[in-house]
Amino acid sequence: MTMIDTPMTGPIKGPEGPEHHPDHHPDHAHHASPTPIGFWIYLMSDCIIFGTLFATYAVLGNSFAGGPGPKDLFEPGFVFLETAFLLFSSITFGMGMLRADKGDVDGLLKWLGITAVFGLLFIGMELYEFRHLIHIGAGPDRSAFLSSFFLLVGTHGLHVTFGLVWMATLAAQLKWKGGLNESNTRRLGTLSMFWHFLDLIWIGVFSFVYLVRLV
Amino acid sequence: MSEHHENSHGTFNSLMTGFALAGILTLIPFGIVMMEPSWDPSVTIGIIMGLGAVQIIVHLVYFLHLKRSTEEGWTFSATIFAVVILAIVLAGSLWVMHNMNANMMPMTQDNMGALPALPAGAEHGAHGASHE
Repeated sequence: MTMIDTPMTGPIKGPEGPEHHPDHHPDHAHHASPTPIGFWIYLMSDCIIFGTLFATYAVLGNSFAGGPGPKDLFEPGFVFLETAFLLFSSITFGMGMLRADKGDVDGLLKWLGITAVFGLLFIGMELYEFRHLIHIGAGPDRSAFLSSFFLLVGTHGLHVTFGLVWMATLAAQLKWKGGLNESNTRRLGTLSMFWHFLDLIWIGVFSFVYLVRLV
Repeated sequence: MSEHHENSHGTFNSLMTGFALAGILTLIPFGIVMMEPSWDPSVTIGIIMGLGAVQIIVHLVYFLHLKRSTEEGWTFSATIFAVVILAIVLAGSLWVMHNMNANMMPMTQDNMGALPALPAGAEHGAHGASHE
């Protein structure tokens, strides 16, 4: 493979025929950035990571090893509040995107701030739940059910945490590094996809991890 | 960004439609579980999973603005591909592991004492026949 790029052969142009050239440039003008589709493909691969964790939970979810089960540990009201916070944060992010479409950086930052508050409330509740479970002896080392629970919900929580770090970074960039310029707008678009995607994964978590096990 | 992102973030109305639908689809399953209905639990499980699937589609359409036409259909193709992989991973894991569970000798308080008394050959034979 490395032989191909030696000076003797020169770079390989690929199989574009002579008729490819005329419409080559206008075609690229329509594609401003490959980032959205690339990021979407990343999200789909992330989706498959979550899929494997959901499958792990599905397989191990009944292996309690004599320890506590879902009905002893999960509280539907608590999970409902978490779900509401995450859904609200998705909506407020959407409101921010609508401000961004109007070029209103201050409005966008305000909505991003509200989104971050909801995100922090969600993470705070999740950390409280984890702490509580570990405290009462239902930590990830208790049973296969709890291992898979902590792994799946914890992975989602880590994603939300990194989303919040990203949000703070982007807010600083929007405020002090050029506002809604092309790069920041692209970053905002991908963060929006990321944030809505995490809310989508949470649907699976509250349905399949919590509610179904409380029936 | 400018040209095709203009309308891809949706409008206030579509955002609120998505919010209302997602809210309803969240409230129903939580409401049912908290009500603790007297009907068959498998019905409740079916409702929860079904509404979850519908809500995922609502989020894809109203929040993630997934359309067949976005990026000349590549976004949609990538999504369908991921869904197929997910279906294989989930269904495959459950199927394989369920079969393994079903073919394992269950270890309960009752048979734990009885186990050494059984001749090894008879136990294997009886079990082998049960799943063939």
